[in-house]
Amino acid sequence: MKVPFSYVFRNLWTRKLTTLLTAGGMALVAFVFAAVLMLDAGLNRTMVGTGSAENVIFIRKGAETEIQSGLTRDQAALVESQPQVARGTGGQPMVSKESLVLISLTKTGQDKGSNIVTRGVSPMGFALRPQVKIVEGRLFQPGTSEIVVGKSIHDEFDGVAIGQKLRFAQREWLVVGTFDAGKSAFDSEVWGDVEQLMQAFRRTNYSSIIVKMSNVDNFEALTKSVEDDIRIALEGKRERLFYEDQSRALSTFISFLGIFLSVIFSVGAMIGAAITMYSSVAMRTAEIGTLRALGFRQPSILAAFLTESLLLGLVGGLAGLACAAFLQSITISTMNFQSFSQLAFSFLLTFKIVVQTVIFSLLMGFVGGFLPAVKAARMKIVDSLRAA
Amino acid sequence: MTETANSLVEIRNLTKGYTRGGQKVPVLDNITLNIARGDFIALMGPSGSGKSTLLNLIAGIDKPDSGVLKIDGEDITVLSEGQLADWRAANIGFIFQFYNLMPVLTAFENVELPLLLTNLSKSDRRGRVEMTLSLVGLSDRMEHYPNELSGGQQQRVAIARAIVTDPTILVCDEPTGDLDKQSASDVLTMLKQLNVEMGKTIIMVTHDAHAAEAAKHIVHLEKGELIDESLTT
Repeated sequence: MKVPFSYVFRNLWTRKLTTLLTAGGMALVAFVFAAVLMLDAGLNRTMVGTGSAENVIFIRKGAETEIQSGLTRDQAALVESQPQVARGTGGQPMVSKESLVLISLTKTGQDKGSNIVTRGVSPMGFALRPQVKIVEGRLFQPGTSEIVVGKSIHDEFDGVAIGQKLRFAQREWLVVGTFDAGKSAFDSEVWGDVEQLMQAFRRTNYSSIIVKMSNVDNFEALTKSVEDDIRIALEGKRERLFYEDQSRALSTFISFLGIFLSVIFSVGAMIGAAITMYSSVAMRTAEIGTLRALGFRQPSILAAFLTESLLLGLVGGLAGLACAAFLQSITISTMNFQSFSQLAFSFLLTFKIVVQTVIFSLLMGFVGGFLPAVKAARMKIVDSLRAA
Repeated sequence: MTETANSLVEIRNLTKGYTRGGQKVPVLDNITLNIARGDFIALMGPSGSGKSTLLNLIAGIDKPDSGVLKIDGEDITVLSEGQLADWRAANIGFIFQFYNLMPVLTAFENVELPLLLTNLSKSDRRGRVEMTLSLVGLSDRMEHYPNELSGGQQQRVAIARAIVTDPTILVCDEPTGDLDKQSASDVLTMLKQLNVEMGKTIIMVTHDAHAAEAAKHIVHLEKGELIDESLTT
């Protein structure tokens, strides 16, 4: 572009109000766009962070979630005995046989109950999830009706403070601790002793069995050995992938809805940008004629006006991103309709989202400014000079 | 003025018309005119006589319907839009009635504009702009924006912009039309100097008989036809 950048920039600066209003419209769209991507990224972080690379989860063949799955004690014992399973210091297999049930808890300030995952874990359950740490109180005692609650549950629900009792499965359960699971999905769960929970809910089958591999490269051998054993009939997945899959439907829904809304809104923003740029061209007709007369070619004029509208888009995009960045302090708690349970996650701004939002905003600027820029470039010099 | 051999501008049977409401309106009718290198011509005539159209054609910002238009031996009617743009940048300096400065650029930046189309380095450009602005007496106004300058000063910035690339021809469209008497006189003196001392060929459209006296020759147009050529005293 031969037309100096200062000319382009100062023209925007001179019309501060128009520039701000137009960029503001684009900022709103960029904000929505970024917010949706951040929500999706936050959801993914939560789900991916829930799984560990060293763990494999076994559920019934054909089941997609732990809630749908069931495996007998015999099947669990066979998995436990596989040679690829890591052993603890005392030689015991590092597995956690778990049972999941949904209970209903009431959110602070709401009347209706929400479904909460209650996970019965084996004593090894905590060792398999190093990201889960007790931050208040203590662990539950195996063989008792004690439970610990995740941080999101602690923050958002009534009656889950330490010392309070929850009533479900015809028993009273004493809350003895709160755990932080590093923003993973476990933060939205209640944990207790698996045997106690199965008794209370009159269950004979576990939902899943989590296995720590002695070596991450053992995954193929372990799953093949389990899946080939006709007595077992279970399916193994890497824990990280399993949880990622759990949120895929919600993630797709959020992305689709968000992108759809962003695209609809962006049409409005692009029309706004086009109107601004058309008026900018109209106001500077004589200047365009003069530049052309001085020897600036049509592509230079096109580039100058396109740069102007790209700048509008960039300003809008950056402003939208700046606002969206504040969303990171907000936590969303919603129903994951794949597992029918509450899931808390927060907005996450990643470098990829910054790049995507900036590109999206520049695209809005480009589309909005293209026709006015073409008009500017194609003006007849003599006609535009007459506008002086 | 009419000798073809020494002509910088050679115009033969030049015709130009516009279509208005489906009808062809002739603006220039079979004009033949030669302008010698180093001449200073005033194009005069009533509104609609075609003087501005003739100026635009010579300046390469409009194209004739027919006829010959050669500048320094080059037929500019056959050049493409892009080639014409490059040709204007190299050969023509424009001075307009309303100065046509970029309001968001300083005097310095306005004068620098045409140099951005050359291969000059930034420091060379700076040197050229400073020298040219001092030539028009505005060394102390380089960082001023057009709205901080008087009409006369703005026109001097425009003159500096027109001559900074050292073009062959200066085309001036009513250069004093928007100026008070004193500023107009200053601008005309400057144009005369450029013509006499720097050998610039100047073609000026004007309504003002007084302004026309600054020129060496006056060409009268009426209804698109050349009716008279005269020497000024």
